[in-house]
Formats: sequence, structure tokens, C-alpha cells
Amino acid sequence: MSLAQVLFYVMAFVVVGSALFVASTKNLVRSIFMFFITLFALAGLYVLALADFIAITQIVIYVGGILVLILFAFMLSGKETLNVLQQQKSKFISLSKLPAILLAVLFFVVMVNVITKIDAGNIGWIKQAISTNTEIKPNEEMINNIGINLMTRYLLPFEAISILLMMALVGAAHLSRKERGAV
Amino acid sequence: MITLTDFLIVSAALFCIGLYMIVSKHNAIQILIGIELMLNGAILNLVAFGKFDKINNGGQIFALFAIVLAAATTAVALAIILNVYKKYRTIDPGRINNLKD
Repeated sequence: MSLAQVLFYVMAFVVVGSALFVASTKNLVRSIFMFFITLFALAGLYVLALADFIAITQIVIYVGGILVLILFAFMLSGKETLNVLQQQKSKFISLSKLPAILLAVLFFVVMVNVITKIDAGNIGWIKQAISTNTEIKPNEEMINNIGINLMTRYLLPFEAISILLMMALVGAAHLSRKERGAV
Repeated sequence: MITLTDFLIVSAALFCIGLYMIVSKHNAIQILIGIELMLNGAILNLVAFGKFDKINNGGQIFALFAIVLAAATTAVALAIILNVYKKYRTIDPGRINNLKD
């Protein structure tokens, strides 16, 4: 068992374990901070999939941006959100959660079944990529290639996404503005 | 050698945990975290398959796009959540039952 494999299993365990903790804990603050751990370990998994640039972007945008945003929203919405959680705590055992658990577990079983059936390593284009040597090797750097591709082949999606990002920005600012009189 | 199937199973697990959170939680912020988990499962799939595409880098670049889209989604969703909180004094989606006024 190589070192990369050991690291992969550790990272995968941390990802799934912390995600389960996020899903199961009653404390909202704890779940947000455990979500940090999930995102960091996911960045590690991206590195192991030889996508270092994506890993850095994940850390910068997700951990630096989205999580801080979620914390802000949590703090701005005040004590009331915690009260909802306190009421749930008194119910303790959650028979009402059973359908959700059943749904998720059954869906997971179906997905694992599909994944093991299709046997992803033997799909045609992946075999072809391995045989023609166009898979990414650990000692190559892809950032140059990503930059060139982003500005040539994927220029249209890039522009579309920048327009969409600006629309989202304007929309978020519009939604969260102070209301003056009737709209 | 880490096989593709390992990545796919991890991302399936993430997706299902996100599904569970979306279905069962009574708090809009936790539902948003569930959506983020599902998105991350999808991005992990993109990255894992992108390893076999050295020339076009399709998987990695669309993973980047998906991350940016997730950021935009979160910003708008949190603005909506704050507005809903101002109006209803709660962010339990089960208790929000009016559209306007």
C-alpha cells in the first residue's frame, strides 16, 4: 500500500466522518465549524486526484468565502435560529428523521451499486486516455495548460459565468438592502 | 494506485449526506450546508474524471466553474434567508407558508 493510498483513505475517512458529524449534530455552530474540516479534507482529496489548482481554489473560495458568508448569516439572524434548535433537542430521539435516513441510505446503496457495476476504470475513453498517455501524471504541472485552455477553448463559458456572477452580486445586494417605504 | 471507483464512492457518500440534510433539517442554513455538500460531491466527481483529460482539462475547468457557481448560489441564498428572517422571525422552511404579505 503506497503512501498516496494511505493518505487517500485518511482523507476520505475525515471527509465522510466530518460530513456525518455536520449532518447529525444539533448544534449549528459546531456543524458550521466541522464543515470547515470537510472542505479542507476535500481539498486534500483534490490534490490526490492531481488537481492542485482546484484544491487551492477550493480553499480560497469555499473556506475563505462561503464559510465566512455562512457565519455572517448565522450571526445576523440572531438568537432565534438557536431557539429552533433548542426545541428540537427536547424531542431527543427522532422518529421523524427515519424517512430521511432511509431515503439517503437507500440512495447510497443504489449509487454504490451503479458505481461498482459500471467499473469506472474500464470505460472506453478512460482506457484510451491511459493507452495514449493523456492522463495527468503526478510530476506534471497543469496550471499553464489550465490557463491557456480557460482563455481559448472555454472562453465562452468563462464569460457567461462572469456575467452570471455579476448578476448574482447585484441580486444579493438588491435583496439585502434596507427597505425604504413601499417597494 | 487510487482507483476511480474510490473517488466515486466518496462523492456518492457526500451526496447522500447532503441529501439527508436537505430532507431532514429544520433550519435554512443547515439546508444550505447540505446543498454545499452535494455540490462538493459533484465537484469531486468532475475532478476525479478530469485526471484522464490532460489536453483539454475539461473536468478541472468545469470544477472551477462549479465552485464559482456555488459561491454565487450561497450569496443569493443567504440574502434570501436574511430577508425571510426579517419578515418571519424564523428560518424554519416548514413554517414559511406565505409568498408576499
